[in-house]
Amino acid sequence: MKSPAKSRKVSSRQIAARAELVEERQLRQMIATVLRLAKSTGAEETEVHIDEVADTLTRFANNGIHQNVAEHGVTISIRTVLDGRTARATTNRLDEDSLRAAIEASLSLAHSQPKDPLLLPMPGKQRYRRVNRFVNRTAALTAEDRAQAVRRACDLAIKNGQVAAGIFASGQSQSAIGNSRGLFAAYRETHAEFSITMQQEPAASWAKANSADVRAFDPQKLAERASEKAHLASDARELAPGRYTVILEPAAVLDLVGFLFYDFAATALRDKRSCLNDRMGKQLFGKNITITDDVYHPLQEGAPFDGEGLPRERVTLVESGIPKNLVYSRASAKAAGKKPTGHGFALPNEYGEAPMNLVFAGGNSSLEKMVASTDRGLLVTRLWYIREVDPYEKVMTGMTRDGLFLVENGRVTGAIRNFRFNQSLIEMLKNVELLGPAVRATGEEAFEMVVPAMKVRDFHFSEVTKF
Amino acid sequence: MWDLCTNALDTARLRGAAYGDVRAMHIRQRDLTTKNGQVGTLAQSESIGIGIRVLANGAWGFASTDRLTRDGVAACAAQAVSIAKASALAKRGEVVMAPEESYVDSWQSPFRKDPFEIPLERQLALLLAADEEMRRVKGVTLTETDMQFRKIDSWFASSSGSRIHQRKVISGCGIAATSFQGDEIQKRSYPNSFGGQYALQGYELIESLHLLKHAPIIAEEAVALHSASQCPEKIGTLILGASQLGLQIHESIGHPIELDRVLGQEANFAGTSFLTLDQLNRLKYGSSIVNVVADARLDHGQGLGTFAYDDEGVPAQCTDIIKDGKFRGYLSNRETAHLIGLKRSSGTMRTESWNRLPIIRMTNVSLLPGTWDYSDLIADTQDGILMETNRSWSIDDRRYQFQFSTEIGWEIKGGKKVRLLKNPSYSGITTEFWNSCDAICKFDHWTLWGTPNCGKGQPMQTMGTGHGASPSRFRNVRIGTAFSNQ
Repeated sequence: MKSPAKSRKVSSRQIAARAELVEERQLRQMIATVLRLAKSTGAEETEVHIDEVADTLTRFANNGIHQNVAEHGVTISIRTVLDGRTARATTNRLDEDSLRAAIEASLSLAHSQPKDPLLLPMPGKQRYRRVNRFVNRTAALTAEDRAQAVRRACDLAIKNGQVAAGIFASGQSQSAIGNSRGLFAAYRETHAEFSITMQQEPAASWAKANSADVRAFDPQKLAERASEKAHLASDARELAPGRYTVILEPAAVLDLVGFLFYDFAATALRDKRSCLNDRMGKQLFGKNITITDDVYHPLQEGAPFDGEGLPRERVTLVESGIPKNLVYSRASAKAAGKKPTGHGFALPNEYGEAPMNLVFAGGNSSLEKMVASTDRGLLVTRLWYIREVDPYEKVMTGMTRDGLFLVENGRVTGAIRNFRFNQSLIEMLKNVELLGPAVRATGEEAFEMVVPAMKVRDFHFSEVTKF
Repeated sequence: MWDLCTNALDTARLRGAAYGDVRAMHIRQRDLTTKNGQVGTLAQSESIGIGIRVLANGAWGFASTDRLTRDGVAACAAQAVSIAKASALAKRGEVVMAPEESYVDSWQSPFRKDPFEIPLERQLALLLAADEEMRRVKGVTLTETDMQFRKIDSWFASSSGSRIHQRKVISGCGIAATSFQGDEIQKRSYPNSFGGQYALQGYELIESLHLLKHAPIIAEEAVALHSASQCPEKIGTLILGASQLGLQIHESIGHPIELDRVLGQEANFAGTSFLTLDQLNRLKYGSSIVNVVADARLDHGQGLGTFAYDDEGVPAQCTDIIKDGKFRGYLSNRETAHLIGLKRSSGTMRTESWNRLPIIRMTNVSLLPGTWDYSDLIADTQDGILMETNRSWSIDDRRYQFQFSTEIGWEIKGGKKVRLLKNPSYSGITTEFWNSCDAICKFDHWTLWGTPNCGKGQPMQTMGTGHGASPSRFRNVRIGTAFSNQ
């Protein structure tokens, strides 16, 4: 046995190497094994999903690391079809006996239900557009690398009399799908994320970035930005609630408009729970609002295929303020007499599909230009705890957080106590006066999207809190 | 499993860990849903793995794996130690934990009917029948039902000698009817929204809920809401139904008493708390009839926050949170208990799965029953609004200012429910709200509600929490703000 001291010197690199993902060749073998076992149990059709994750996350607070974690796992999810019935069983035990047990569980579940006359046969082989979002530098990031970056950020906080909290995460994941009709698709990506809150009592501010490539952001620059804004936010005064012109930074835009994504699902319209029911083809938003779903956009992430293995298509959802198209799974497309767009969730499910890679068209107004053009308004860093109040008018409630600033006569003049808002997204997207360049935004309420900063008139704040 | 746990602890010690604990878990889950008379989700899953937490060089490290071989677990333990040593590069002080005894024990949550032994056909038949009952009502445009069952085995081992096996069985179900008319979507759910009722029980929970009886009632209410009056905007008297009050407790008491939030450990994500340490034993949190406990013991009921030991090996406890209106206690773990000078953790470290680090979570944070009969409470209210079943919830990141809306409301005049109200909402400041409580119904009306979807931590963890509550009355509450449009 090696001495602990000797082991320590090489441990982190060895461990990083151990986190390498299963190769595509092995994924194909695993899927072939399940298909073989399923055939022998009598399944008429079989679909196999494999998901693997190797993630690490360093968490800091009070100017030091307090949690630091790593996980690795592989799951296999098996859907079988028997006599017009389908069901799914999932396991992370990869030996043949366990896989056979999962297949049998899937068949047993399927057998227990009524026949589904609308169930479609599984799709055959597909062609996929290649996307490369696996960055070796991100995959190779170590716990020491993250700790050093965190230490620099915390040192800055200490120097500025502030308290830092946040995360530095990195990891790699992959998913593969194959079925008994010959379909196979596989995709892998890396991800890195740095988020920091700088507290300068009684205020705080925040900055966050996220990318497949850890070199796409500089943690120390994010720390500096949060630190400067926390200082600016530290002497907040109270304003009366009411309607204000707001300048929403991209994270604030993302966390609001992120709640719109499921409304573009054909199944949601069919179920009459979308805000777009009776509104397709009408001038619903301002003419400066154009939204696409585009997994191939250079700032997007995610697999180029859906839960049934169909290739994702780029879909224009809103053009110049008019909702034009929806996304479809195979089942919802058949019901509507349309072509599937490659947005279906893994079957069986009751939700159908959704666009997961929203891209809003941007403009050319920087945040500085938006501030300079504003006589009186509020600059919003981020929003928090957003929930839907009215599903058809799409009224959302939530709070401002980590830096709300008053803009007067074209410049930021001070910090304001946080407000609660109750605001219709439909009305908000009618009232957009200026758009910034579209960027990859990351917040805490919605998954990452490509959105611009927005200047919006008449944004409704209903109450104020105590800080 | 114990061999693997011992293997992990031995490896961690050899690599330089001063302390280690291990959670091996095997989680089995079944999910059933229906929509508009058709089966929606029909799935079963299992997940098994091990998570290893170590203290080395005075700092924490955690690693998890599903490679349950001696080599896989040893590598995972070594990784945890390596991560702890990296943590030490940016630590601010040595981690010290409040003392705790070691325990060797095995415990199983009580249940009468194992939900995994009940034929799936029977479970689906019940959901489809409830779905059909709702669809009979004209005007209903969407019907949804769901059931979920979990069986969780966990093996906890620590380097200080604890060996604890626990098995928990969790059941849950709910139904919902939605109606879209004109420019309005109205929805009613039973027995609660967002999935229904969940408890640490077997299939007997499902049978006790009488879904078929309630299905037509909520369907008719969903349609009737379209022609109901809009909830007025005013300052007035509010009566909350028990499930909505359960969520009110969760958001405005349960989260702010989490000591990791209070100490800034969640500042970047979940937020902090207005309950700074100087408030303990001083703050008048609520009126003198408000008594709240955090109770993980079986004596309190079979809630989602019930267990024998937490995921740090600390026995279940009952902690006074609010006693006669005064703020008395926090939710703590061994580390935060030591930080604020407590002798012992209150036993609230919980983890979603083997691949997550245990963090401070609510157990069963409950408002203790009062003295009122529900019919007397309504009869005693001259002018008020009764609100039931949550529709939306939001609160600021220090847990002062909140806003809730509910699916349905009734105006109360002269001690009687006089008309249906749609789109009810209310808002306020936490301590002002709890100090305005002037009536709490007695135990006959008290339910230990399960909140199955509480998110916290990074990476995100979802946890089930329990909240006992009975209908209660609050004075001078701001009502109707969510739909105001000044």
